[in-house]
Amino acid sequence: MAKRVGIEVSLALSEAVKMANADIVAAYPITPQTHIVEHLAELVAEGELDAEFIPVESEHSAMSTCIGSSASGARTFTATSAQGLALMHELLYMPPALRLPIVLAVANRAMSPPISIWNDHSDIMAERDTGWIQLFAENGQEVFDLTLQSFRIAEDPEVMLPVAVNLDGFTLSHVVESVIFPESDEVSKYLPPYKPAIRLDPENPVSMGIFGIPEIYTETKKATDVALLESKKTILKAWDEFGDIFGREYAPIETYETEGVDTILVTMGSISETAMTAVDEMRAKGKKVGLIKIRLWRPFPDEEFKAAVAGVKKIGVIDRCMTLGSHGGPVLMEIRSLLYAVADRPQVFGFMLGLGGRDATRDNFKYIYEQCQVLSEKGQDRHEMVGVME
Amino acid sequence: MTADVLKDFVKITAKTIPVEEPFASGHRACQGCGEVLALRLLMKAVGSEMLAVSCTGCMEVVSSTFPQTSWRVPWIHSAFENAAAVASGVEAAYKVMRRKGYIQDKKIPVVAIAGDGGTADIGLQALSGALERGHDFVYVCLDNEAYMNTGIQRSSATPFGAMTTTSPPGKYSQGQYTWKKNMPAIAAAHDIPYVATASPAYHLDLMNKMRKAVAIEGPAYIHIYSPCPTGWRMRPELAIESARLAVRTRVFPLYEVINGKYVLNRKINKPKPIQDYFKPQGRFRHLDEKTVAEIQERVNAEYEKIAKWAEADAPEDEKK
Amino acid sequence: MAKIEALMSWKDIPLGCYVLEAGSTMDYKTGDWRSQRPILDREKCTYCGLCYIYCPDGAYKDMGSEEKYYLVDLDYCKGCGICAYECPADAIEMLEEEV
Repeated sequence: MAKRVGIEVSLALSEAVKMANADIVAAYPITPQTHIVEHLAELVAEGELDAEFIPVESEHSAMSTCIGSSASGARTFTATSAQGLALMHELLYMPPALRLPIVLAVANRAMSPPISIWNDHSDIMAERDTGWIQLFAENGQEVFDLTLQSFRIAEDPEVMLPVAVNLDGFTLSHVVESVIFPESDEVSKYLPPYKPAIRLDPENPVSMGIFGIPEIYTETKKATDVALLESKKTILKAWDEFGDIFGREYAPIETYETEGVDTILVTMGSISETAMTAVDEMRAKGKKVGLIKIRLWRPFPDEEFKAAVAGVKKIGVIDRCMTLGSHGGPVLMEIRSLLYAVADRPQVFGFMLGLGGRDATRDNFKYIYEQCQVLSEKGQDRHEMVGVME
Repeated sequence: MTADVLKDFVKITAKTIPVEEPFASGHRACQGCGEVLALRLLMKAVGSEMLAVSCTGCMEVVSSTFPQTSWRVPWIHSAFENAAAVASGVEAAYKVMRRKGYIQDKKIPVVAIAGDGGTADIGLQALSGALERGHDFVYVCLDNEAYMNTGIQRSSATPFGAMTTTSPPGKYSQGQYTWKKNMPAIAAAHDIPYVATASPAYHLDLMNKMRKAVAIEGPAYIHIYSPCPTGWRMRPELAIESARLAVRTRVFPLYEVINGKYVLNRKINKPKPIQDYFKPQGRFRHLDEKTVAEIQERVNAEYEKIAKWAEADAPEDEKK
Repeated sequence: MAKIEALMSWKDIPLGCYVLEAGSTMDYKTGDWRSQRPILDREKCTYCGLCYIYCPDGAYKDMGSEEKYYLVDLDYCKGCGICAYECPADAIEMLEEEV
């Protein structure tokens, strides 16, 4: 029988890594990722997880170690945040290109300076284009489930790509929530052992990480891009099967009260829960507003998103990341560009909110809804920072 | 344990040099490349039952132009500064997969190969981490004393006075203005079981040191002198001769540090003058007499230091 | 559209762009880099094997205990001249390649 446990979300994530029977955990401590790797070190020390815990000397080496381990055929996990993720940046391009199914948890945190240990999405957005499958969790149960699913998705022979699970630092990583843990036989039914077709093995010596001349570089990029785009099919299949076995449904985007609305707000991660409350309150006052939560950020679910906003007039996109010197945050740009070719496209407005741990409140979402109406009236297609003191 | 392994160690002799070539011909190294020769010899010593990790650099580029490879062993390269960290992952993965019964339970040597820049500069942190954590692997630094792959820029392993494109001699410069970073000593300071220097001119010594490094449990560090005719402005046929002269002039002493104890493998009691070593190399041509004398003094002092340590560490019956 | 200069279609690239054929640079003949070639005087050769040991290109092959000499494979010899310089019996001479 599955059991429901009150547990800190970081620890729940580590328990998912344990249930996935990971072989290698290589990690370097950084707030707010620490509780994840501390708990994994503990599980290894107590013999509850038969893995090698490698306490590397930097995040750069964490990802490098993961590359070596995954290429050798071991199930591999690491976790980081902010500056740590940025230090990994150079290496983040390798697992997608070398097709190494590493799972990475990112306890999302703002990028310095000024140094801030608190939450926003500026760390992962800087890694948007590295080729990782990128998922955003809304609550503790999703963190557990997405982590487990990530191994299954990453290692599927049709995919063979790394997956990043994003959970908001502190506001999600450090809260205690009620999480349902499955039985281990259910997990083994869902997640088969990792058996790569090709690995570093003297029986069948291959060379990985070759030198690419201009006559092949373009083709390698195309191959990786197609693999990432095509991975959506397997992700959907993995989610279907997850629903069958564990009874919880997952989809690339989730809509909340979007039936017949005029305005839709778009969020990612844990602020979605606050946004839902705000939507409830606004709808109670007769506002025609709904919410879309993006769970699958890469590969971006184009069709699903377009279908979800069909007939909507105004979209307010919330970004938790600054794109300095440009015309809006990464999520805004993604959606504007996606909808540009759609006939009768809605107006899309951008709002930067909740940076560096600033609370995103219900009032903020109400303001955003009202701003969508005002800007629409004025015919202005702009973006703004919400909650900044002038 | 190291002592036991070395007691039973069977040396490679001129008659038992392995025929196998785990590193194939057809690579794109320059004519007379001493680095690729060192690589070829060390690969022969280890054999094809191994896992190789390269950092970015000459050896990686000349061996892996898609769709061909010179490697006859499983090989991975990902970045410049991370050979030791990638090797850590490979080693740990094999360890856990053996323990969990996923693969056959036998040791397969892991060898990380990097240049002097990838070791002494950009890769130093990853190397230090891997040595400190005690991974069972061999780290080889192929030292050609500058960033040759990018066009001969100075590294911290470039010797004092040498001309490179970023340490050019000029009105206010005698070339490289810092003394070569002592990498073997830095490796040894991690209290690892085995550290050695080697040279392709002394091929049996080089191959036997590789064999020892592989046989010993825990981290081993081998620093190999790797002549670069292109970067040193030297005729290619002089590659081995320059490596030999480096030893005979005391510029590059051959020694081991076994469990912290120094062993000087080749005593140079009557060193040749350093000019003999400098002469065929264009990179030292600009040096004036005063600077050469200064370098000569430093080279002798460094050699004497190692000789003294080796003497102090020698077993009682070997002391003079 | 202009002709595309590529080695292969992206669809044909092996997973991860791995090179699956070990030691395949054997197909890449570096012999044409050479401006001089080693000529062996078999009379002088003592079969010591130093040419084979010191060849950076692994171009020398042992012809066996019957023949008692090493022979260079000109497909790979880049003409560096190390073998000639190092030969203790002076049995190897470098000869300019003719244009």
